[in-house]
Amino acid sequence: MTPLCEMRDISISFGGIRAVDGVSIHVNPGEVVGLLGHNGAGKSTLIKILSGAYKADSGEIYVEGQKANISSPRDARRYNIETIYQTLALADNLDAASNLFLGRELTNWAGFVDDDRMEAETRKIMARLNPNFRKLKEPVSALSGGQRQSVAIARAVYFNAKILIMDEPTAALGVHETQMVADLIQELKKQGLGIFLISHDTREMLELCDRVSVMKNGRLIGTERVEDVTEDDILSMIIMGKKPDQAA
Amino acid sequence: MTDVSAPQTKKRTAFQALELDTRLLGMIGAFLVICIVFNVMTDGRFLTPRNIFNLTIQTVSVAIMATGMVFVIVTRHIDLAVGALLATCSAFMAMLQARYLPDLFGLGLGHPMIPWITIAAGLLLGTLIGAFQGWLVGYLTIPAFIVTLGGLLVWRNVAWYQTSGQTIGPLDPTFTKFGGINGTLGATWSWVFGLAAVAWAIYAMWSARRAKLAHDFPVKPVWAEVTLGAIIAAGILGFIGILNAYEIPSRRLERMFEVRGEIMPEGFSASYGLPISVLLLIGVAVVMTLVAQRTRLGRYIFATGGNPDAAELSGINTRMLTVKVFAIMGALCALSAVVASARLTNHSNDIGTLDELRVIAAAVIGGTALAGGIGTIYGAILGALIMQSLQSGMAMVGVDAPLQNIVVGTVLVAAVLIDTIYRKKTGGR
Repeated sequence: MTPLCEMRDISISFGGIRAVDGVSIHVNPGEVVGLLGHNGAGKSTLIKILSGAYKADSGEIYVEGQKANISSPRDARRYNIETIYQTLALADNLDAASNLFLGRELTNWAGFVDDDRMEAETRKIMARLNPNFRKLKEPVSALSGGQRQSVAIARAVYFNAKILIMDEPTAALGVHETQMVADLIQELKKQGLGIFLISHDTREMLELCDRVSVMKNGRLIGTERVEDVTEDDILSMIIMGKKPDQAA
Repeated sequence: MTDVSAPQTKKRTAFQALELDTRLLGMIGAFLVICIVFNVMTDGRFLTPRNIFNLTIQTVSVAIMATGMVFVIVTRHIDLAVGALLATCSAFMAMLQARYLPDLFGLGLGHPMIPWITIAAGLLLGTLIGAFQGWLVGYLTIPAFIVTLGGLLVWRNVAWYQTSGQTIGPLDPTFTKFGGINGTLGATWSWVFGLAAVAWAIYAMWSARRAKLAHDFPVKPVWAEVTLGAIIAAGILGFIGILNAYEIPSRRLERMFEVRGEIMPEGFSASYGLPISVLLLIGVAVVMTLVAQRTRLGRYIFATGGNPDAAELSGINTRMLTVKVFAIMGALCALSAVVASARLTNHSNDIGTLDELRVIAAAVIGGTALAGGIGTIYGAILGALIMQSLQSGMAMVGVDAPLQNIVVGTVLVAAVLIDTIYRKKTGGR
């Protein structure tokens, strides 16, 4: 089977430091691949190359078997790659609808942005994702962490993402809201999306993911199916930078 | 004031049903207080049609630039060069209409195309210089403060260099119509314009309501819409009425008849009416508000101000956006240069001096947050009006010049303080 998305032999350096060094990962349709590692292991950098925020020094990206040329966030969106960032990447001073459609505003016949239509669409998708969501007119700075997260997720879902990148999607959330995100990930999996998930929480990752890739100092240590490993195996990969069989 | 964190209750007071911007109301209130206090102190000379007319035309130049400054400050930049850029554009346009076009291109003084070529070229120059400064800020990532601080010195003296420091004038008679008193609509056309504006405002309210109903959104009660419409109509027509009440002095009228070789009929009178410069300002305000609220460009300007990283990750080209914002600012400086030099009927070397401070103060008093992401066009215009009323009111009362500036400076700081407190109380916006 052709992977939905594949990153081959990706490297990038910042001022002499190899932030990502020859890493290859892929995701299949309906699969969740977790990226684990310490702070500074290169997870976020790797994923930002896929989302177009950084440009790799070398390596290739394939989407559905075709070589993809991604050099800006706009390019990534053209390949239906959507990203939900750790920092949420919302403009705090704008309302939910403006954020959801940021960069892809709906316009009327005269080319003016159609706020009413965008608000109506936002109401529709929010009714599906988070029925308690009411503060459509408020700037998102007035929303709770979970509500902000729903706006960020709605943005990805609304535009029919095929490949979804989630960077610490539950970091700012409470227990209930974390469960909401977990349910949503299962739902999106069923719809055949490929999801890259980044998190620090090893246990959560083993629950949510099908495979996990562990990175350390910019290098890929290994990729394992979650059935094949224990939490301790993963931890030792993260800390020691060795595969379980080697660690023994 | 509603507490945004509290759950929305169904019951609302009649005042809340109007859904008015309390911030705007506060500013209008402050403006009215200033007017009334000065009116009392000057024994009723402040609120005469004549003074209101003068106040309006004195505000236009700064107000036009203040609308552009809103965009600049919203995107977390600053433009210290607007006064100097105004001078460069003014000098260029003065030389163009008085020297280059008549002498070099042989159009002859008074050729009907001179003012239009001049204005078009001036606007182009302002836009190009603005875009250049925007490029330095956006693409070469030099802080806007530095670029425009340098620009302040450069353009002020480019202006000087162009004219060798001379006053250039008199300017073309058609050109000077954009300055204020030399170009007004007269009573009839002012009323026509006022009625058209009222009709447009009511249509805009009606279509907004219809669009909301079409999407099943909550709308204001009908009585609230009617009340608001009535207030807006009264405001527009009242303003036109006041301007129309300012009559052209009969000596001047007599001279106008003499020029045409006629004799003025007994008891003839005419009003100045709406100045063309004010029409320009209204046009700029409408266009800039449309850009801010209804275009992608405006949406991106505010998004970038709110969170530059989010804007960039959403695929917005924030560098090009910076160029566009500064280009708009430059174009508006050129337009202000037309108004300012036309009002004086000549270009003088010190034109626009300290305007950068007035413009920034107007935008900030009008509620533009220096932290970025927040600001309104109408606020900036109201801010410019408040600044100008303070200044000319104090001059009329006879306050000493140093004291005038001390008061203006204090008001600027106090206005920002009040705004900061207001924002904290209404939910940290």
